[in-house]
Amino acid sequence: MIAEAGLAALWLAAAMALLQLAMASIGLRARRADVAVAVRPVAVVGGVLGLVSFLCLVAVFMRSDMSVLLVAENSHSAKPMLYKIAGAWGNHEGSMLLWVMVLGIAGAAIALLEKRLEERTLVATLGAQAAIALGFFAFLLLASNPFARVDPAPADGNGLNPLLQDPGLAFHPPTLYLGYVGLSVAFSFAVGALVTRDVGPAFARAMRPWVLAAWIFLTLGITAGSYWAYYELGWGGWWFWDPVENASLMPWLAATALLHSVTVLATRDGLRAWTIMLAVVAFSMSMIGTFLVRSGILTSVHAFAVDPTRGSFILALLALYIGGAMLLFALRVGTVKAGTTFELLSREGALVLNNLLLTVILGVVLIGTLYPIVAQAGGVQLSIGPPFFNKAAGPVALALMMVLVAGPLIRWRRDAWDSLASRLIVPIGAAMLTLGLLVVFARGIGVLPFAGLVVAVGVGVGSLAPLWGRNLRRTPLFTWGMVIAHLGAAVSLFGMASDSAFTKETLVAARPGQTVRSGPFEVTFTGISPAIGPNWSALEGRLVARRGADGTPFPMRPQQRFFANPPTTTNEAAIATRIDGQLYAVLGAQGQDGTWQLRIWWKPFVTLIWLGGALIALGGALSLLGRVWRAGQVERVRAKEARYG
Amino acid sequence: MKAKHQRLTLVLLALAAVVGAGLLALSALKDQAAFFYSPSDLAAAGNPVGQRMRLGGMVAVGSVAKLADGVTTRFVVTDNARTVAVVYKGIVPDLFREGSGVVAEGQVAANGGFVADTILAKHDERYMPPQMAGKMHKTETLEK
Repeated sequence: MIAEAGLAALWLAAAMALLQLAMASIGLRARRADVAVAVRPVAVVGGVLGLVSFLCLVAVFMRSDMSVLLVAENSHSAKPMLYKIAGAWGNHEGSMLLWVMVLGIAGAAIALLEKRLEERTLVATLGAQAAIALGFFAFLLLASNPFARVDPAPADGNGLNPLLQDPGLAFHPPTLYLGYVGLSVAFSFAVGALVTRDVGPAFARAMRPWVLAAWIFLTLGITAGSYWAYYELGWGGWWFWDPVENASLMPWLAATALLHSVTVLATRDGLRAWTIMLAVVAFSMSMIGTFLVRSGILTSVHAFAVDPTRGSFILALLALYIGGAMLLFALRVGTVKAGTTFELLSREGALVLNNLLLTVILGVVLIGTLYPIVAQAGGVQLSIGPPFFNKAAGPVALALMMVLVAGPLIRWRRDAWDSLASRLIVPIGAAMLTLGLLVVFARGIGVLPFAGLVVAVGVGVGSLAPLWGRNLRRTPLFTWGMVIAHLGAAVSLFGMASDSAFTKETLVAARPGQTVRSGPFEVTFTGISPAIGPNWSALEGRLVARRGADGTPFPMRPQQRFFANPPTTTNEAAIATRIDGQLYAVLGAQGQDGTWQLRIWWKPFVTLIWLGGALIALGGALSLLGRVWRAGQVERVRAKEARYG
Repeated sequence: MKAKHQRLTLVLLALAAVVGAGLLALSALKDQAAFFYSPSDLAAAGNPVGQRMRLGGMVAVGSVAKLADGVTTRFVVTDNARTVAVVYKGIVPDLFREGSGVVAEGQVAANGGFVADTILAKHDERYMPPQMAGKMHKTETLEK
């Protein structure tokens, strides 16, 4: 019953989206304000129906209803409850349902909350959003119904891939999806503004929170995904330049550029057409990301759901939306008035440079990700890996980081080189000091890690500069947000450079009782014991580690886990976090002579990579809070003036 | 600067950025495009020593041997046309088996062997790089 109710709600939600699109077009075309005004409630009802449908899917997963095909294929009754719930979106159909559900909720939120946008633009925005949603509804209902029944129902399900049975990964896809969907909202805003020719600061201020929110979720999603790969795959790496990773990085790069250009539009009324263009590009990137991950077209260590029909369906949607938006952009961009001008050396100029560098990185990643597909179409089989991306994107990223220090220290509209130089003395001094220290103590760590450490210290110090000489309590929240996000970027960069420069690796075949050294640590292997979990059994290595010969000992327990459904082995690394890094241990196979393979890494400051990511997201959140609060304040003052004025 | 000029400048800058990205990518591609090699590709490329790459193929049956230090594995990767001897120091992934697919990352050593520092971790048992599937297919048909 629940499955049928879910399917019914899905059809009704699709009908609402159709209605929403029709009413928005009639309202705008025929200038029927009475029709246009009804778009808001329709969007709210559609959002609620989408939510109901999704909750029905979660319910059938929680009840392990094996008569639903999707549950039988992706779940198992012996699975912990968390993973039964996460199983609802840990597959193709469920994640697509999650997509339209979040899109619907976002539409409802715009309809309920958005007050700053001109009414006609809002109606156009909701119409554009309904058009996006319709494509995905069609995709779900016609090509991948999540509620399809299976008869006869199997006694039990296939189970979820054990690698995905991890709290980090259970929440990783929804986080990324929130980001993708946030960008689709920004896209709808851009289309709406193009339709009503209403590109200006008010529009930018309305769009900015959505871009910010999307960007926060993308940042969190990428950070969590990277940490998951790091501790779950057991190879000690945190970024692979895998197409699936690039699929989330590309929208992030575009969203970062958009976030900065929308600020120029909101505060200085500049970069109008460019901002609209970026909104279109950012959403295109999230569509391309969905396409890459869902179509199975690419070689990937974690490409899943290999299905050409679905790939072509998403490709068709991609062509339709991007092509349509580009066409609209081309037709309307002439009518978008040029914004205010500015000098080359100004905050605007720095933000333009930031945008250009981000665009270059985006271009490089896009080419590196798509080139193999194009080459394959031409009959050449090749794949592109980390050396390409590091070589092409690394130096540009470092240049971007330098702009990041200077940008916030430059005044809006115009500035002078000598006064900027005086403001940059301290960060440049810090970077030079680091350079000196590295030359003395750490030669030969490689060019990129070396440059990374130097730039990271300079950026870290420089990112705090906007706070110098300010009353910290009266500093606006969004300034804090910017400072913390920029600091986060420096922290992350420091972690990456430190990990590639200073990691120590020890690999041994050890007998119980044997002690091995790794960096400053001594690790004693005391033996192997069995362990048991809710749906797995394991061999567990017992290690006792200590820093130096007389440090406080602490236990480490790397495991080899065996899952019965589906039958799989996974390696669970043991990770001990210290203030200055992480000790990472993996248990390997047993040799014929009774030894066990042990791989131990000491990774100085590796944690900063993800701490930096969290700081970036925190900065975004503070900024968002600051903006929303400020907007509310303005509104309150206006309401007061209206009452008494 | 007049608004119109500024706009033109920005458009030109944006074009320059996109072209720059393309050129940068192309120059890096020239060195690194072929990142994935089968044993036959490697032979065709004249065993480029010292270049970082991935070697893909099947683990030849009966070729896996562990060295005396307990952590170095020696095996042969084959695409049924040619073979490459691989040395890997580290913990092999759970799915590493004789007769099944493997992707080794590393470089060709001066003696012509392949020194791997990573054996690719795979997400699940269904994973097989399409390039490899294609290659195996091609060589098998040729033999028949």
